[in-house]
Order: sequence, then C-alpha cells, then structure tokens
Amino acid sequence: MTAASPRTLYDKIWDAHVVKDLGGGSALIYIDRHLVHEVTSPQAFDGLRLNHRQPWRLGANLAVADHNVPTTPDRAQGIKDPISRAQVDALDANCAEYGITEFRMNDLRQGIVHVIGPEQGATLPGMTVVCGDSHTSTHGAFGALAFGIGTSEVEHALATQTLVLKKAKTMLIRVSGHVGPGVTAKDITLAIIGRIGTAGGTGHVIEYAGEAIEDLSMEGRMTLCNMAIEGGARAGLVAVDDKTIAYVKGRPYAPKPEHWDAAVADWTTLKSDPGARFDSVIEIDAASIEPQVSWGTSPEMVLPVGARVPDPAREADPVKRNGMEKALAYMGLAAGTRIEQIAIDKVFIGSCTNSRIEDMRAAAAVVKGRKKAANVKLAMVVPGSGLVKQQAEAEGLDRIFVEAGFEWREPGCSMCLAMNADRLEPGERCASTSNRNFEGRQGAGGRTHLVSPAMAAAAGIAGHFVDVRTLS
Amino acid sequence: MKAFTVVSSKIAPLDRPNVDTDAIIPKQYLKSIRRTGFGPFLFDDWRYLDAGDLEIDPATRRVNPDFVLNQPAHKGAQILIARDNFGCGSSREHAVWALDDYGFRAVIAPSFADIFFSNCFKNGVLPVVLKAEEVQAIFDGVAKNPDAQFTIDLPAQQVRLPCGKAFSFEIDAGRKHNLVNGLDEIGLTLQQADAIRAYEARRRGEAPWLFQA
Repeated sequence: MTAASPRTLYDKIWDAHVVKDLGGGSALIYIDRHLVHEVTSPQAFDGLRLNHRQPWRLGANLAVADHNVPTTPDRAQGIKDPISRAQVDALDANCAEYGITEFRMNDLRQGIVHVIGPEQGATLPGMTVVCGDSHTSTHGAFGALAFGIGTSEVEHALATQTLVLKKAKTMLIRVSGHVGPGVTAKDITLAIIGRIGTAGGTGHVIEYAGEAIEDLSMEGRMTLCNMAIEGGARAGLVAVDDKTIAYVKGRPYAPKPEHWDAAVADWTTLKSDPGARFDSVIEIDAASIEPQVSWGTSPEMVLPVGARVPDPAREADPVKRNGMEKALAYMGLAAGTRIEQIAIDKVFIGSCTNSRIEDMRAAAAVVKGRKKAANVKLAMVVPGSGLVKQQAEAEGLDRIFVEAGFEWREPGCSMCLAMNADRLEPGERCASTSNRNFEGRQGAGGRTHLVSPAMAAAAGIAGHFVDVRTLS
Repeated sequence: MKAFTVVSSKIAPLDRPNVDTDAIIPKQYLKSIRRTGFGPFLFDDWRYLDAGDLEIDPATRRVNPDFVLNQPAHKGAQILIARDNFGCGSSREHAVWALDDYGFRAVIAPSFADIFFSNCFKNGVLPVVLKAEEVQAIFDGVAKNPDAQFTIDLPAQQVRLPCGKAFSFEIDAGRKHNLVNGLDEIGLTLQQADAIRAYEARRRGEAPWLFQA
C-alpha cells in the first residue's frame, strides 16, 4: 500500500511498527508496551532463564499481580491460599530478578492490569500494547493496537520486543445516533456481540465509530473495546480525539512536557482516513439499543432486559439448537421466562470491563438510599485499582454501597474468573459486570448473567433483573 | 519445539461449538507455574463429577462416564474434532498445554479463536481448519466406527479419511515451516536483532515519548 492511498487506523499503527516484512502478509512487529501479570508470565520467565536470555528493553514492561489477589481487607497480612501466594511470589521474584517495574499487591497503584495501564498513562495512543491476557483489547480505546497473547508470545515479547504477526482483516462497526438514558457502553458492546456473534470478529481488528462511540467517555470506550475479544476480534480500536488526549495528560507515564506537543501532533493523525477500505462494515442504530442481559453460556446469548429467554425449538440450525439447549440446562432456565423474572443470588460489580470510577459512580447512583434485596446473599463491589478505590472513597461512594448492604472490597480481578477466594457456589446465579458467562467461569456450576454496572446494582436492589430505566 | 509432520490416529469427537478455554482448562489450574502436568485436568468440569484443584489427586476423583473422552472407544486418540470457534475466551496457553499433555497432537474444527490458534503453533499442536461439511463427514465417520484411523499430513496439507478420501487445508507458509521443522521462533527472531535495533533508533527520533523510562 502506498502512503497516498487512504489508510485505516489499524493500517497506520501497523505500518509504523513494521520492523521487517516477512512476506505472505506477516511481519515482525515492534511492541511498545508489555503489561505483565502473575498468571501467564511465570513459564515465560522460566523460558528466558532456560535459554540464558534477557528482556530486550526493560522500560517497555510494567507488571502487576491482579488475578490471584484477595479482595478482603486482611490481604495486607498476605495471601492465605498457598498456591495463589506462590504465583504472586513468583511474579515478585521474576520482576526483582530482571529489574522490571512492578506494582506489588499492597501498593496504592496496584489493580487490574487493564485498569492501571491507562490510569498510569502507560497506554498511549498509537502504541502497540500486549499482555498475556485476552482483555488487552481494552487499551484500543486509546487508538492503540492492543491485543492478548499466550505465554510463548509473552516470552517472545520479553526477549525480542517484537512479535511475528499476520496482518488482520478490518471490521468497521458504526454505531450511529445516540443511545437513550440508562443505556451504557456495556449495553452497546453486548448488543454488538449479540449481533455479530462470538466469532463474528475472528481474524479481524474492529474499529468502533459513530456518534454513540464519540459520545462515550474514555472509561466507556475501554468497556467497549474490552469486549472486542468476546466478539472474536483480538483487538478493538477507537480513533483518538480530544477526550483521549485530555485523559492521558498529566499521568505518570505520559510524555514529558518537552515531548508533549509532538506527541499530540502525532496522535491527532490516529484516525482512519476518509475513504479507507474495511473488509466488512456493520451498521448499528444507537437508539435501538436497550439495557442488555445475557441469558446463556456465551456472550452472544444476550437480549434486551424486556425480552424472554429464547426457545431452542425455534432455532433451525441443529448445532446452534444443541448449544442453546445445553446453555439453558446449565443456566437452569426455561424457555419463555421473562428476563425480569429471573431472581439472583449474588451481584458482582468489578472486572477489567467495569471497575473504573465511572462504573463505581453509575452503580452507586442506583443503590443510593436503597437496600440490597433479602434474597441476594452477597453483593460485592470491587474497584479496578487502588487509585479508583481512593477516588471513590473521596466521593463517598463506598459509604453509599455499604449503607445499601453491598460489600466494598480491595482491587483485583476477583469474581470475574474466581481465581481468588471470591466465587459462586454451584447453582448460584449472579448479576455480573464482567465479560464472560462461560460455564464455571465464576466458580464451578455458577451461573453468570452479564450486565452493566447500573443494571447489576438494580438487580441487587430488586433481587431479580429489572430495567434500570424503570427505577425512579 | 516439537515438530509436527504426519500423525495417524483415531479421532475423539467433541460435538460442541464455542468450546472456550475456561472449559478446556479451568482457572484453578492456572495457578501452576509449570508448563506441564495439565493433561489430567483437560475439560475438567465435563470430565469429572466432583470438583478438583491442583492439590487433589485426579486418580481419586469420580469420572463422568457420559463425557466423550471418558468412553473407552475414544481413549488414545491423538486428534480432537469439534465445532466452530474452538478455543474462544482467554489467552491462557495452558489450554494448549493441557491438550498437548493429554496426548492430542491436533485439533480439527471449522473455525478457531485467534489467540488459541496462534498459541497452538508455539507448542507443536496443529489446528486444522476444515469446511463445516467436511467436519460433519468426519463426525459421521467417527460415529460409525470410533476406531477408524485418520491421517493428518502437514507437509501435504491433507486430512486423509479411512475411506481413502482426503480433505485439504490451508496453513500459513511460515507457520508450517516452523512446525514441520520444530523451530524456536524466539531464536529465529533474534537473528533479526540488528533490524530491531535499527527500528528502535529511527523510532526514538520520531517518537521519543515511547522510550521514556
């Protein structure tokens, strides 16, 4: 492609990072930022040691433990589960051995890796950002090419500061017009997955555009891009605008004052050129999107809150029908049940999808002055980082949650994937702001319904799913 | 890395779409800091009737006799076949390590999730994409005779059926070369060290803020 032909945002970032064209659509791509956490890195560090290799550029790496860390206040005394503790200890030891910057568990800056990257300004527009975690797509909100990698690629990125990549196809998802009140970034991203399916974006990088995307805050765009992977796309992107630049300014890892103007000049080019060609284009009318609730065991099994649980008998495709039947059996739901009639046992507000300050505010606005329903055994709010927690507390949000009977926790991944002590018991049903409703994801036998923070909070108050727009 | 050339084996049929990596290897096993030993926990929630974790000896657990991999007819299969979007969800390479440790050398499906697909090639496991009707034909063949031997021939890019029919598959030439020869990708990339340094020197001039300590 010549420089003169219109390029997509993805083309621009790709072109700027080609170290060497390897032919056949593959290239050696330079990695600007590598975020490291405890679960997918120990075997990569072992690989380095085994082969007597050193990290290529120490300053490109930033590490934090998030998946295994307890969220209870007593964690200052250490992690009780010996296996979780060993994994966090391994990260601490590896970072110390190689000299990689790490925010340890009791550091105020500790948090979920996809919250702290942007919070620290370690994620910048135009960067390539990788992490051994599929939700690295989150960072695409900044016009950065960000994607999850496996442990072999973690080792590759550590050792060479590059990855061998095949150029992806591009998909433009244009959400035109404006969403109605009570409809959030989470509802937009779930509605998109409901539309394109969990494999709809496979092999693609998605660029999200349209007025409804421009309307979103940076927090909202992170929620949106976070779930690109649930639509099958390894990366999601949003073009840089004034909100992006304002968010980055002044953060610890942001460009130093002497580089700021040049950086901003560079970042303002980070949008698709008019006439740039995408391999596919999806058009969505923002006004048609309603608050979403997932009903099955795949994020594509999602419906507006006013809908009823679908009937597999009406599905013509036998593979899909079989999948729906298995999902309903696992979820303990009958076809035709109104979603608003589904009672819940637990509420989880948190995860790399929805644990930023705006999410905390949205949930607090719903629970303020109300009480958790008696049938809800546990409603937990887990801020995405120590700094989010501090900000929320400064705004008094923690007191609103506690007065409503919700628990206010320490930061971490928590019950999104239940690697720490926070989990569902078999058969328990959860209104969750996380990203995956897979079987067993939040605990063996647990049943997950994906919703926005406001919808999760509302379900915690009502004891069942309820359209947050109907709460006065 | 272990090379992959030709594998002949019976095929274990897992008739599900969207087999996610949480199903392939549940989260409690990701706490292991080793690369091996995940085979006994492959498809853990489907395979066993009771809960497990790293500290429970799998030999003491109750096996789910209804799960396909537990049926004697499918024991010893080195090839797994499933439906669309196999390996969706998390980036955990533990999913590939578990398949490999269990003894699977290849997975056949109409489509794979991107990160899982990429992870396979780093571990000598071959993901084979066939058309949905070809996958159906293999499911039908396995249902008729679970012991039927199939051959995956990577150099020829073919899956050969016992009836003599063959299905061709596509694969990226570079990935094929590395897999057939069992090459270490990091070692290959480090041969480009000068190109990486030259890129960094140029980029440092263009965008110095990317190199702030």
